[in-house]
Order: sequence, then C-alpha cells, then structure tokens
Amino acid sequence: MTSATLRPASVAAAPALRVRGLTLSYDGRRVVDGLDLDVPAGEVTVVVGPNGCGKSTVLRGLARLLRPSAGSVRLGVDGSDDDVWSLRPKEFARRVALLPQSPPLPEGITVVDLVGRGRHPHHTVMRRWSAADDEAVVRAMRATGTLELAERHVEELSGGQRQRVWIALTLAQETGVVLLDEPTTYLDVAHQIDVLDLLRDLNRRQGTTVVMVLHDLNLAARYADHVVALRDGRLVGSGAPGDLVDEEFVARVFGLGSRVIVDPVTGSPLVVPASTHQQSGPSS
Amino acid sequence: MTVDWLTRTAAHADARAAAAGPADLARVVRARRRPARRVHLAIAALAVAAVAAVLVRVLLGDYVVALADLLPILRGETLPDAPGASFIVMEAKLPRALVGLLAGAAFGAAGAMFQTTLRNPLASPDIIGISLGASAAAVVALTFLDAQGIWLPAAALVGALAVSLLMYAVGRGTALAGQRMVLVGIGVAALLSSVIQFVMTRTSVQDAQAALVWLTGSLARATWPVIGLLTVSLLVLAPLLAVCSRWMRLAELGDDLSTTLGAPAGRARLGLVVAVALAAVATSATGPIAFVAFLAGPLARRLCGGRASLWAAALVGAVVVVLADFAGDYLIPDVNLPVGVVTGAVGAPLMLAVIITAGRAGKA
Repeated sequence: MTSATLRPASVAAAPALRVRGLTLSYDGRRVVDGLDLDVPAGEVTVVVGPNGCGKSTVLRGLARLLRPSAGSVRLGVDGSDDDVWSLRPKEFARRVALLPQSPPLPEGITVVDLVGRGRHPHHTVMRRWSAADDEAVVRAMRATGTLELAERHVEELSGGQRQRVWIALTLAQETGVVLLDEPTTYLDVAHQIDVLDLLRDLNRRQGTTVVMVLHDLNLAARYADHVVALRDGRLVGSGAPGDLVDEEFVARVFGLGSRVIVDPVTGSPLVVPASTHQQSGPSS
Repeated sequence: MTVDWLTRTAAHADARAAAAGPADLARVVRARRRPARRVHLAIAALAVAAVAAVLVRVLLGDYVVALADLLPILRGETLPDAPGASFIVMEAKLPRALVGLLAGAAFGAAGAMFQTTLRNPLASPDIIGISLGASAAAVVALTFLDAQGIWLPAAALVGALAVSLLMYAVGRGTALAGQRMVLVGIGVAALLSSVIQFVMTRTSVQDAQAALVWLTGSLARATWPVIGLLTVSLLVLAPLLAVCSRWMRLAELGDDLSTTLGAPAGRARLGLVVAVALAAVATSATGPIAFVAFLAGPLARRLCGGRASLWAAALVGAVVVVLADFAGDYLIPDVNLPVGVVTGAVGAPLMLAVIITAGRAGKA
C-alpha cells in the first residue's frame, strides 16, 4: 500500500465550506475580520494560530453558533451550495457536526445514551427512534472503538475513552463535515495521537471533511492535509503543511524562533522551538 | 518511511472494523433499553406509591375510614352507620390529599426541569425567587388588600409570573443565559424576602399569623375550586412539559452542542417557562412547600439509576407532599404541623445528604 492510495487526490474540488469576508464579533469587539477561506472537501483541515487569534471563533462561525456581522459561510456538500444561515437548524445539523472543546456531561448518562443523542437531527415529531438510529450508533461506536464501553457510565471512563465517546456522538450525527474544537485538550500524548489517528482514519475511509482547531503545531503538520494559519483574526497563510510550515512561517504566525526539520516518522515538517526572545534559530 | 507509518495506522483501522459483527447491534440495543427499563420501573413503582399515599391520607388518621366505604362515599352516598364520614372525606381528607398530590407533582417536575436545563442543582424555583415572588404577592394581598378565597392564589400566581418574566427578560439573548437567570433569581429572592419581612412588621398580629401559615406552605386551604384550578393547569401544562423534556435532554449537553444538534436557539428556555408556570400554580395553591422542588429531582434521579426523568420527579414530589402532610397532622399528638414545616425538617438533612454523596460520586 502506498500513500497515494490512501490520500485523496488534492484536486481542486468544490470546497466543502466557502468563507467570504467573514467578520465575527463578541459584543461589538471584532475577533475575526474579513476572513476568506476555502475548506477543501474530503480533506483534514487544521486551523492553527497563537492564543486569542480567533481560531475557535472561526469554528463557531462555521458551526452557526455565532452570526457574522459581515460576510458569509456557504456550505457545498454533495453538489449543494447554501448559505449556512439559510438552512433550518436540523437540516444544517444533518450536514455539519461540531464537537465543542469540553461540553458538559449529563449526570448518570451511559455511553450508548450519550452517543444516541447525536441522532437528534434525524428525528421528527412523527419519527422518533428507529432501527436505523441503532445502526448509526453501532457504526459510530465501532469507528471509535467504544462498543466495549456501551453499558458503562461516561463518568467512570478515562479522559481518552471519554473523548472517543464524544467523537462517537459527533459521528452518529452522520454528517459530511465534522468540526472539532481542540479535540486533544487534556489528553496525554498517546491519547492525543490515538484521537487524531481515529479522525484521520474516518476521513480516509468515509471521505468526511474534518476541520479542527489544534494547539500543537507539530500535530497539525502531521495530521493536516490543509493548514490554515490565523493571527489577530486574519488569515496569514494556508496550504499543505509541507509547503507552508517553515521557519519563516513559525516566526510570522507565532513570533517564535525555531528550526523546522523533517519528522523522521511521518516525513511532515517538525518544528523545534528555539526561544520567543530570538527571531531566528540557533546558529546553524 | 511515510508509507510505513500510514500502512501501520491503516492496519490499525482495519482491525477495528474487523471486530464488528451482528452481535454489536444486539448489544447496543440492549445497552440502550436497560436504563430505560429501570426508569419505567421506577415510574411505575412511584405511581403505586402515590396512590398508596393518597389512600393512607384519606383512610387513616384520627378518623379512620374503611376502604370498602370509600367508593360509596365517592359516589355521594351517605353511610347509614357513619353519617359524618362522607363530610370528613369529601370536604377535608380527600381535598387535602388531592391538592398535595397535584401541587407536589407540579413542584417536583418544575424543580427537575430547572435543575436539568440550567445544569445547576441550585436552580430550583424555591431558591431562585419564584416561590418568593408568589409569597410576597400573597402576603401583600392578604394584609393590604384583605384578599380572601380564590384571590389569594390569584395574587400569588401574578407574583410568581412577574418574577419569572423579569428573569426571562434578563436572560434573553445572552450567552450563559442559564447562569444569569440563577444569579438574578437569587438576588430577586433576597429582595423579596425583605419585602415580606417589611410587610410582616407593619401588619396586625392576626394578618401576620395568617400570612405566616401561608408562607410555611400548607394544605389547609384545600378546597374543590383550588383542586379544579390545579387540575386544569396541570392538564394544560403536562403535555407541554412532555414536549419540552425532549429539548431538555439536548439542553443537558450545553448550549453549543445542543444548538449544533439542531435545537432551535432558546427552545430549552421555553421549557423553563412551562416549569415556571407549574411552580407558580402550585405555590399559589399551597404556598411554598420547602425543599420539594429542590429535592424531588435528585431523589428521582437516584431511583432511576442516575437518569433524569421529569415524570419520576413529579411523582416523588407528589408522594413526599401527601405523606409529609399526613405526618404533620398525626406525628405529634394534638399538634398540627403545616406540611412545609415537615418537608423543611426532613428536607434540610436530606439535602445535606444529597450534597455530600453527590460530592463523593462526582470525584471525576
């Protein structure tokens, strides 16, 4: 098996999400300012940037949690092209899923019950739970390796297992686009890798468009097909990690001196930070 | 090297997919049904307990009525060997039991709805000012306007609705609306208790006495018009609550996730409006009965194996109020304790127990 068969060809397909002139504000304070962005369909897009650069806010804008003060977000999955705000809530929820950073956990809930709540957008007043919902839950739990935990209370699970269950909820929604806000927060390094492997597998197997915010630039470079870098609410660069991430890029986005080498395991760029007080790496 | 890495993780995914089988579906269905069955069982048991509590309240006590005599009495017949029984049952015992049942159910459901939707165990109508809104209005009406009969519950209803409108206005359209509603409610509650204190110091001893009985919560004013009002309100509000309970299940997941799962914004707060109406109606009929709204939710949750159920909470509230009223009448000879005194005395230690055990369970 070669990487070519696993990796979707990066042809210029219609973007899953097309953002134009997006301006997002909290109480009149502009956090994202006139952002233009294409999220390629069927790829893993990772949004990076320093703290407070507006990356989570962009995700909220894409997920319709924050109404833009200017600009638009258009959704183009399966040949459709709709302004996200023109869709009814459940219609949107059948196309785009979001996993927030740390959603509150309902007390006493079991794994199956929590995952099943992801089926809500597929229900109507007339049509409640059906066998199709059970099958979707099984698929989501199978993909996340959480079937063994089905009867357990989510409170009893470890952080890594819990995050898998939350992802299973998002997958049970069966959307073409999945947005995740820092899915690796609070996880140790092994579980971070585990969760990101899982998301990439999902993308490779089902062609799900994945957009996530990540803190860690090296994990972003390792898992992204497409990196989007923000600073102060503006786009400072986007592209394949191999083309985009170099020493100059790290300095421009994070104001950090570094050396960028080739990751011996994955072949992706690996950022070795120097110090924020130096603008270039140690003498080479 | 890149290829090695990708091949390894792809094999990892294959192993995961291969583990699948038709048994998985059966397992998931079983895992989904088992807790639901526990909830249904708990609700059935509580329903039986509620009927039993009403029977105990109606049949036992100082004046014992035989079960066999109950049906003729309900049909309006006068018993030849006990001519007074009909009057005692129809004008005293049965109304009290029914008001206790209905008001307790309303308090229980309202409290559980608040606590679950706002994800805050403190968010109970008796803590966030709704019961106090009813109390303040009733006390003012009682002392200054000399309100009697059905006007007293009417004033209480207006007071409770005024407080809830204020809270709704404050919470509307803001993020963290739930947290704001709780904080505003606690502030309003403090303000209203000072209003009540003020009125009590300015009024005659007789009026203060009457107001005080109302303030502790009592079923003594149980009459058939009050029962009619409660029944009609509950018949209107219960179906609304059933619809809202579906949104409540989403609201538990937080504002962000519930919105992206397709819950229309602010819909969960509509459930709160229904809960407010329930609490207001119940308070107007009985006065605030301490701790019932606050504790019915957590107790029902325990009985349901950790799951929140509005119906179970409503039944717990009903059983608790009917039994507490019975205990208040007969526990201490020659002393009639208002139901609110009993629930307060039992509820306070129970609340501490709930908090302590919840603190232990919630270690994660």
